[in-house]
Amino acid sequence: MNKNRLLDKVASDTASSSRRQFIKATSALSGALVIGFNLPEARAKAAAAANSASVSNAWVKVAGDGSVTLICHRSEMGQGVYTSMPMLVAEELGVPLSAVKIEMAPSAPVYINAMLGGQITGGSTSVRDAWTKLREAGASARSVLVAAAADNWKVPASECTTANGVVMHKSGKKATYGSLVGKASTMKMPEKVVLKDAKDWTIIGKQKARVDTPAKVYGKAQYGIDVKLPGMLVASLAQAPVIGGKAVKVNDAKAKAVKGVVQVVQIPDGVAVLAKDFYTAKKGRDALEIDWDNGPNERLDMLRIEQDLRTASVGTGAIMRKEGTGDAALEKSASKVEAEYMLPFLAHATLEPVNCTAEIKNGECHITGPIQFQQGAQYGVAAAVKMPPEKVFIHTTFLGGGYGRKLELDFQIQAAQIAQAAGKPVKLVWSREDDMKHDFYRPISLHQMTAGLDDKGNIQALHFKMTSPSVTARAFPPVVQNGKDPFMAEGSENLTYKVPNLSIENVIHDTGIRVGYWRSVSNALNAFAVESFMDEIAAQTKKDPVQLRMDLLAHDKRSQNVLKLAAERAGWGKAAAGRALGVAQMECYGTHSAVVAEVSMTKDGPKVHKITAVVDCGIVVHPDQALAQMESGILLGLGSGMKNEITFKDGVVEQNNFHDYQMLRMSEVPQMDITFVSSAAAPGGLGEVGVPLVMPAVANAIAALNGKRVRKLPLMQNV
Amino acid sequence: MKLNVNGKSVNFEGDPDTPILWVLRDHLDVTSPKFGCGMALCGACTVHLDGAPIRSCSTPVSAASGKRITTVEGLPAKLGKALQDAWIAEEVPQCGYCQTGQMMSAAALLTTNKNPSTEQIVSAMDGNVCRCGTYTRIQKAISRAAKSAA
Repeated sequence: MNKNRLLDKVASDTASSSRRQFIKATSALSGALVIGFNLPEARAKAAAAANSASVSNAWVKVAGDGSVTLICHRSEMGQGVYTSMPMLVAEELGVPLSAVKIEMAPSAPVYINAMLGGQITGGSTSVRDAWTKLREAGASARSVLVAAAADNWKVPASECTTANGVVMHKSGKKATYGSLVGKASTMKMPEKVVLKDAKDWTIIGKQKARVDTPAKVYGKAQYGIDVKLPGMLVASLAQAPVIGGKAVKVNDAKAKAVKGVVQVVQIPDGVAVLAKDFYTAKKGRDALEIDWDNGPNERLDMLRIEQDLRTASVGTGAIMRKEGTGDAALEKSASKVEAEYMLPFLAHATLEPVNCTAEIKNGECHITGPIQFQQGAQYGVAAAVKMPPEKVFIHTTFLGGGYGRKLELDFQIQAAQIAQAAGKPVKLVWSREDDMKHDFYRPISLHQMTAGLDDKGNIQALHFKMTSPSVTARAFPPVVQNGKDPFMAEGSENLTYKVPNLSIENVIHDTGIRVGYWRSVSNALNAFAVESFMDEIAAQTKKDPVQLRMDLLAHDKRSQNVLKLAAERAGWGKAAAGRALGVAQMECYGTHSAVVAEVSMTKDGPKVHKITAVVDCGIVVHPDQALAQMESGILLGLGSGMKNEITFKDGVVEQNNFHDYQMLRMSEVPQMDITFVSSAAAPGGLGEVGVPLVMPAVANAIAALNGKRVRKLPLMQNV
Repeated sequence: MKLNVNGKSVNFEGDPDTPILWVLRDHLDVTSPKFGCGMALCGACTVHLDGAPIRSCSTPVSAASGKRITTVEGLPAKLGKALQDAWIAEEVPQCGYCQTGQMMSAAALLTTNKNPSTEQIVSAMDGNVCRCGTYTRIQKAISRAAKSAA
């Protein structure tokens, strides 16, 4: 995973678990016991922080009233970190989950995601990254609280136990955590803490309720778009029809004439109209007269983009993985199977459109909004408004969907620039159309697949060649070395099948369209190609698709297990009349999963009746939310794979809103049968695992049903 | 213009063409109805006007004159509690952004149909988008709420 770290510079400052060191401090403000976690490189700074009782690197605070606060270092965008993160702490601290309050973390190096190298919520890493770290934070806090009680009572700490925020001694003595806070702050931190045995867990694997559900159903949860500051105006921003274009001539007379429009300001990305409410700001913005220089993409359309992609695919790419003699073995094969797949650009289309609030006052810039990459926001905004990064403060709200869109920094920078130009607090709100037309799109991709078979039909060699724009080359250029974007090879490089010769080749081709990480990133692209292709090999060699896969997975019991179970649960080989089953399996984010889709054909096209999924993600921290993540991933993968594509004409995105970029609706939801395999392995990721396999499974089922192989998405337009 | 929001009388002086959504959100600080599309395509902004569900993003505030606007905070106590309890019991929300709109559509359904079938639930709820895909849980929560509100 190290090779996938996004920010090498920042990553080099990040502690590995063996170098991790917890510190404690007493907050001067609250008198609370604060358990922090320091980067070795920042040790001197941290020691200073401890002495000055700073809470800036805090993970866990225990206050004099016994209340416990977890500083949540990951954004809550529906995946449940407001619940899973405090669960890890509460389990080891010895308090009920209900006793733990959540505070959203600011941007600070201590909160860097060690798996990604930045303070980023993404990559299905939240639980994996926090798994040891937060349990150790809870255990460290518990340890000093116990030490304090033992010292007070003049008994060995080993004779003390804890439960529900109380330290107890076998003599019957008891002390609440709150009463021990002052003393605990003076106790020596343990060199090493022993974490609980799995058999003793009372919270991990047991919790049902989500912490944030009540606020969300009472309408009290605050999303970015709900932020309101005193004196704040709402901004609507006119951006160039072609992304990257610039306003060259602006006539704002008509906009200013709209009743209620307060101000018009220009920033590098466009012209913002400010009013007390969004409707008026948008009305004013629609009255702007702007001449745009649309830049070099003005003539881009899909025909050219696809032709250019195909032309680029002729070139030699970077070899991301090679086994045996690679594709040299193809030449020696008795026969070949070849196929080509293509996936379209996609928009994230989070239901909460892009928005952000900024205030610049007293030499400080405060950014409040739905943010997935706090550190990027801090440094990006600082550079854009020419302020020192330490004067930029990031406040993260709930996210009304993220999927990778809110990793991008465009909207935080725009909000800050508008606030700076206007001299007032500003909430920038994009319309749905703005959001659809100014996204960072999931890359279009072309997959050219070749299999070499021996005379018995056994696979001797596989060659996968993917040609696609690289998100990483745009967003984190230093990570891409020698034409290798590790994120482009997700879903192919981690191929679980064992074949004698394998070559995975990636060609990076910039189409001119800006691209972004989209839930499950390249796993969804490559899995569609790889798992469709495995079925094409099975068809050509007259093998059962499940058996073909089982045979190639003999070395990988976890993969075999989920595949076998999924086939059994779905009734493999026993599809009802007029229906067919299709299968797909993979490992991604450290999680093994298999999916079987059941489809039929109707007059309106294919209908997906049921999705069976079996998942081995190691230890499941929160069973119900693990299930929710799989449901969510499956439906996002299905809806977008069946119906969605972003297309360009004269450089402009042709889609506008949910009538021409349609969301999956309740009437389209298949039955879902999702099973988690019991496992003692460390947790794998889950937030994105449901996405990639559903479409290859559906395409394979359609081919099984009527022999029609769909090699291009969206499926409904290409079936 | 005099408006009635969740039983309270309030005044709005702005453009009568302003959609109810933005009057609620930006002028009256009632932020539970959400902005999703602005074209009555997603249902995140659903509120009730005299008890009937409307898409507040596309309904001018002038249409609310003399009528009652209800958001999730102002649902009749028994129905509101039944829905919220059911949503909690089924752990429906993920990001949660669409859920107040979902609940307002569900409330309208249960007001006119005390015991909806699955087909009737799907039909009533098909205009409400959930990008997180919580649909099966929404269905279950509506059935559960129907039982407890009965």
